[in-house]
Amino acid sequence: MSIRERLSGNEAVAVALKQIDPDVVAAYPITPSTEVPQYFAQFVADGQVNTEFVTVESEHSAMSACITATAAGGRSATITSACGLALMWELLYVASGSRLPVTLAVVNRALSGPININNDHSDSMGARDSGWIQLYSENNQEAYDNYIMSLRIAEHKDVLLPVMTCQDGFITSHAIENIELLEDEKVKKFVGEYKPEHSLLSGEKISIGPYDTPMFYFEHQYQRARAMVDSKKVILDVSKEFAALSGREYGLFEEYKMEDAERAIVVLNSTAGTAKAVCDELRANGEKVGILKLRVYRPFPMEEIAKALAHVKAVAVMDKAESFSAMGGPVFNDVRSACYELKTRPHIINYIYGLGGRDVPTTDIKIVFDALKEVVKNDKPGEIYRHVGVRGV
Amino acid sequence: MSKMVEVRWHGRGGQGAKTASLLLADAAFNTGKFVQGFPEYGPERMGAPITAYNRISDERCPIHSNIYEPDYVVVVDATLLSAVDVTGGLKKEGAIIINSAKSPEELKPLLEGYEGGVYTIDAGKIAEEEIGRNIPNTPMLGAVVKVSGVIPEAEFFKDMEASMHHKFANKPHVIEGNMKALRRSMQEVKGL
Repeated sequence: MSIRERLSGNEAVAVALKQIDPDVVAAYPITPSTEVPQYFAQFVADGQVNTEFVTVESEHSAMSACITATAAGGRSATITSACGLALMWELLYVASGSRLPVTLAVVNRALSGPININNDHSDSMGARDSGWIQLYSENNQEAYDNYIMSLRIAEHKDVLLPVMTCQDGFITSHAIENIELLEDEKVKKFVGEYKPEHSLLSGEKISIGPYDTPMFYFEHQYQRARAMVDSKKVILDVSKEFAALSGREYGLFEEYKMEDAERAIVVLNSTAGTAKAVCDELRANGEKVGILKLRVYRPFPMEEIAKALAHVKAVAVMDKAESFSAMGGPVFNDVRSACYELKTRPHIINYIYGLGGRDVPTTDIKIVFDALKEVVKNDKPGEIYRHVGVRGV
Repeated sequence: MSKMVEVRWHGRGGQGAKTASLLLADAAFNTGKFVQGFPEYGPERMGAPITAYNRISDERCPIHSNIYEPDYVVVVDATLLSAVDVTGGLKKEGAIIINSAKSPEELKPLLEGYEGGVYTIDAGKIAEEEIGRNIPNTPMLGAVVKVSGVIPEAEFFKDMEASMHHKFANKPHVIEGNMKALRRSMQEVKGL
């Protein structure tokens, strides 16, 4: 029996952390993720967890503390948003390059400047090449579930890569919604004890993070890249085990009414839910539309996505981050590239949307589906790199 | 999703419109509903106009956007009537509930020709008399439940009493005042 509750996305992550009771949590507050370490600090003060809570002086230090604690053999976690994640940048690569399974709950927020505290994905999208696994969450339930699963994925011997679990700042982090929690003992049993094969406090004579000469560096990078490829299977295995425990099934992505879809939207995080509602509405009018919601963005499920989109006539990939590449956003470029080898492939266009907390109403999703109708009719993509919800274009 | 009720709250920073929306979400959750309760975050400061929202339904609502066509609008501070388009998108089958000592007829001219239900409740006075402070949350909540019928009244009272006993375990003296404020607001809301 699960526990029926109503929690904000931030509360959900804090509860997951409490149930997991990691050895070390090191965090520095930043809107909109501040509540997570705030709630967790209360759990520490109330003696509900045994965690060593380190109140560091910056996010750079938070990630450094997590790296060293994990290298020492502990399970460590941190939480951040936006510029906090940017300040961790250097250490993100150190964590994954040292193959340390740190977990990080990201509450997505726009990067400065100009300064903005609201949601988009410019923070975590910028970290997509840092060797971290990235999981995205539609709502509080998925933020909770993904976070619990992230430890098992990160710590698996075939992976040993850090994982960041993302959810939309304010939109889900500060929205109270229903949630089904697992009992403490079930979570504890699921995540188990962290027993690294090698660690600094194990008594072995080892060194972690030393200088890597040209004789070895390339091989280590190859191994890290290989681990990212191999993690796909582990993510699916862990998700299956989690489904048996919770009844909630997760894959690399969710296909919503995709079987006979002629037009599809690819989207991640909270807007996926809004898009599903619009999809239902259009389906009721006989329109063949579907949604592909990405859950796992790193590793990128290249073959699986190509297969899922092969029968579709026109696809719009939604990016809540600019990449200033003059050729569209990051998710778009990956999805489009994944479809290149298909014998018949859909037209694929890109929509940048919702930057800096611009609300994404159902009418924006309708605009995108309508635009796809034109693409299908003309059998031409027209303008490929587009924006929706921005004034003056 | 046919039964989904959408509520938009207008208040000023510091008045507790966000808290009120969370209280309504809690009350609906406790009667078995699926709920959303969320504020719209901007450059918040005391006194600035703020907006908060509720979606209440029998199934989980997947939509994560602000509410543009609410069934009900709740105005916690009547001075907003001339500052914010409070009836914007409000369904005419719905209603607006305003915290004011004035009658619905007196306030109607400020509502840009809104054709739906108009209700007023002197939440500030009720709060002062029953709770001892001008915190209009509890009476506003009572008025919203009364007008919208989104939660059965008997269940609502039972649940509110239980949650107040939990919330104010260390301050039992405030429970009676809050419960009285709820009852009075449901009786005194004007325009029914």
